[in-house]
Amino acid sequence: MNKKRPVNLDIGTIKLPITSYVSIMHRVSGVILFVVVGYFLSVLDNSLASPEGFASVKEMLSSPFCQLLVWVALAALTYHLVAGIRHLIMDCGVGESLEGGRLGAKLVLVIAAILIVIAAGWVFL
Amino acid sequence: MITTVTSFGRSGLYDWLLQRITAVVVAAYVLFMVSYLFSADDLQYEQWVALHSGLCMRIFSLLAVISMAIHAWIGIWAVLTDYVTERMMGAKATSIRISLQLLVIAAALVYVLWAIDILWGLSAAESVIR
Repeated sequence: MNKKRPVNLDIGTIKLPITSYVSIMHRVSGVILFVVVGYFLSVLDNSLASPEGFASVKEMLSSPFCQLLVWVALAALTYHLVAGIRHLIMDCGVGESLEGGRLGAKLVLVIAAILIVIAAGWVFL
Repeated sequence: MITTVTSFGRSGLYDWLLQRITAVVVAAYVLFMVSYLFSADDLQYEQWVALHSGLCMRIFSLLAVISMAIHAWIGIWAVLTDYVTERMMGAKATSIRISLQLLVIAAALVYVLWAIDILWGLSAAESVIR
């Protein structure tokens, strides 16, 4: 392959549309979740290993720092899930047009935001 | 740039399909766990162990973790092959990318093995509650 082929598409100079941000956030939330899974596995391990471990997990979940951590994890999970469902809907041929794609991206942001606020109520209250 | 060698299914179409199947499995598990934890008021240890001792639940949990591992392998492969490229990072990109991919694959494998240990190493905990 000729390595000196001209590169015409420099993504750094292009103003990104809303669909790009929704897509990039889907990737970022996915990478975050891969790390978070390790934390949730250790919590599951502790909670099942012994009654003392279960009690320590319950106690830990009442500390504000851990609640914040769990909420951030749930937010990433919620966003990733909603954006993923949009992908599956688009695979069925729905919302594939330019306008449909933009509308879908906006719906993902709105629905995810609502669910993330509900998750905050569940974790912190 | 040759990238398929570190992809999960060695083919884009296979990865595409697996990404969707694994996504549905993980989504079903997440929705189940969230609704269980949401509806369980003041969850007790005995109840929690009883849930995870059932064979169906162990299989469901392990399937979810295996699906997550495959899903992450495919997803992070897509991210790394898009951004850790020679055009973006120069000649070192390939070795950095392969190293990161091996790290992700190793972590995914550890998650699966760890999950097996958590779920099937429960006999000691079960004897405590009996």
